[in-house]
Amino acid sequence: MLAHSIFFYFFSVIAIFSSLMVITSRSTINSVFFLILDFISVGCLFIMVGAEFLGMIILIVYVGAVAVLFLFVVMMLNVAEQKQSWFIGKKSTHIPIGLIVSVLILLELLVVVGGWKFKDNLMSSNTLNLSDISNTHQLGLVMYTDYILYFQLAGVILLLSMIGAILLTFRQRKGVKKQSYFNQISRNPSSSIELRDVKSNEGVKIDD
Amino acid sequence: MMEYLQILGSEVYKILFLLVPILVSVAMIVWLDRRVWGLVQKRKGPNVVGPFGLLQTLADALKYIFKEIIIPASANKTVFILAPIVTMTLALVAWAVIPMSEELVLSDINVGILYLFAVSSLGVYGIIMGGWASNSKYPFLGAIRSAAQMVSYEVSIGIIIINVLLCVGSLNLKDIVLAQKELWYVIPLFPMFVIFFISALAETNRPPFDLPEAEAELVAGYQTEYSGMMYAMFWLGEYANILLMCAMGSILFLGGWLPIIDIYPINIIPAPIWMILKILFLFFLFALIKAIVPRYRYDQLMRLGWKIFLPFSLIYLVFTASFLFYFDKLPKGNF
Repeated sequence: MLAHSIFFYFFSVIAIFSSLMVITSRSTINSVFFLILDFISVGCLFIMVGAEFLGMIILIVYVGAVAVLFLFVVMMLNVAEQKQSWFIGKKSTHIPIGLIVSVLILLELLVVVGGWKFKDNLMSSNTLNLSDISNTHQLGLVMYTDYILYFQLAGVILLLSMIGAILLTFRQRKGVKKQSYFNQISRNPSSSIELRDVKSNEGVKIDD
Repeated sequence: MMEYLQILGSEVYKILFLLVPILVSVAMIVWLDRRVWGLVQKRKGPNVVGPFGLLQTLADALKYIFKEIIIPASANKTVFILAPIVTMTLALVAWAVIPMSEELVLSDINVGILYLFAVSSLGVYGIIMGGWASNSKYPFLGAIRSAAQMVSYEVSIGIIIINVLLCVGSLNLKDIVLAQKELWYVIPLFPMFVIFFISALAETNRPPFDLPEAEAELVAGYQTEYSGMMYAMFWLGEYANILLMCAMGSILFLGGWLPIIDIYPINIIPAPIWMILKILFLFFLFALIKAIVPRYRYDQLMRLGWKIFLPFSLIYLVFTASFLFYFDKLPKGNF
């Protein structure tokens, strides 16, 4: 068990250190890199407690896709300019919102940890049997049977937010020429080449 | 603690036995790639160093090792140096779960295919880090292109994997291969195999989807500022990733280490040989495509990924699921 606890402390120290670095690091890019490190070590912790599916999904979804997009956005932002407005502008609207969100998260954590500490059977579930089959099989058995409604609702919410995001950024630009593959492929010499006799001193009007 | 160290000691030599052949085969595969490329174009390809030019890659590697590593003055040094290391490490780490035969696998984990998928989706970091840290226009443009490209094609690869998993009923790579004992999945899922192959080309930045390093527009893309050993590491990681994708394709669709037909003269060929032959076959296709298909334009690439492959693989997923359900062929699993 010693090796197990060594690994546990190794990953959790990295996770805590990198999450501290996310909020203290001066450069935004470094923050995102530390966030990625944090995700990876949390994923490893999940794998260590036997939640292999969850750990891998964290690696695939958060590290492989979400953090890439974070990095993408942060690299494009003009970070230096933002820093200035943050330090000079007196009326910052970020701090109250940030405070509210963090106090809420703290309260939620207190409720969860408190409930778990003072009521032993809070965590036990009568549908999950964590002993004999692997974590992934277990999830598969439960996800589409007992929790189908919640699962589908989560899917619908995600779909809605996706449509909302697309709608927010969607703008129809005029005058953009688009390639029509079908028209392009179905062109042939007889429909696209036209021969005309040009009279001298008159020229030819070419219609587009 | 002692027990743990003993386990560690016994594992290290296994890891070496896995890594050394992979590195050697990457060198050989680069030679094969250039050779096929040359032969398609009626050239000879590398044929001078060693027998048939086999040692050409070794000579190239030596050249890279002795070249100077130049770090641009305005680059972010830590990230710049980290990028090729990340690329190569991720490309090699994924091989831990690839089964070469029923016993010959370094780590037989329950969620093998998810692990493979996760590691191959992390591969984008090497490129995006290298491109950003170079602090120069062409690498940055190349990195952004490749990030978008790899994230897009990952989605359709994920759905293709789900297609296969529906037929298998397990995420374990061994189970996936053993489920193909009667019928390789390339036959019932042939359209998925084609899409997987094309997406693998895009995922590994191979021609015709090598837009991150399109030399006509971006010099060398994210590798522009890299030189010497660091460039060689990018290169090694890229080819190891290509081999990995070939291995993934042969496990998912071509029956891994299983022989073509299980009758006497054919099934005495040992399992790892079959696996290697299948990987080589897929790689040969990769090399052929590099030689004969022109590069895609960027908007065509994105259209292909999002508007054609993604809907098609989703529809095929529904089709597979309905077929399995209707004919009561859904895998029951062992519980």
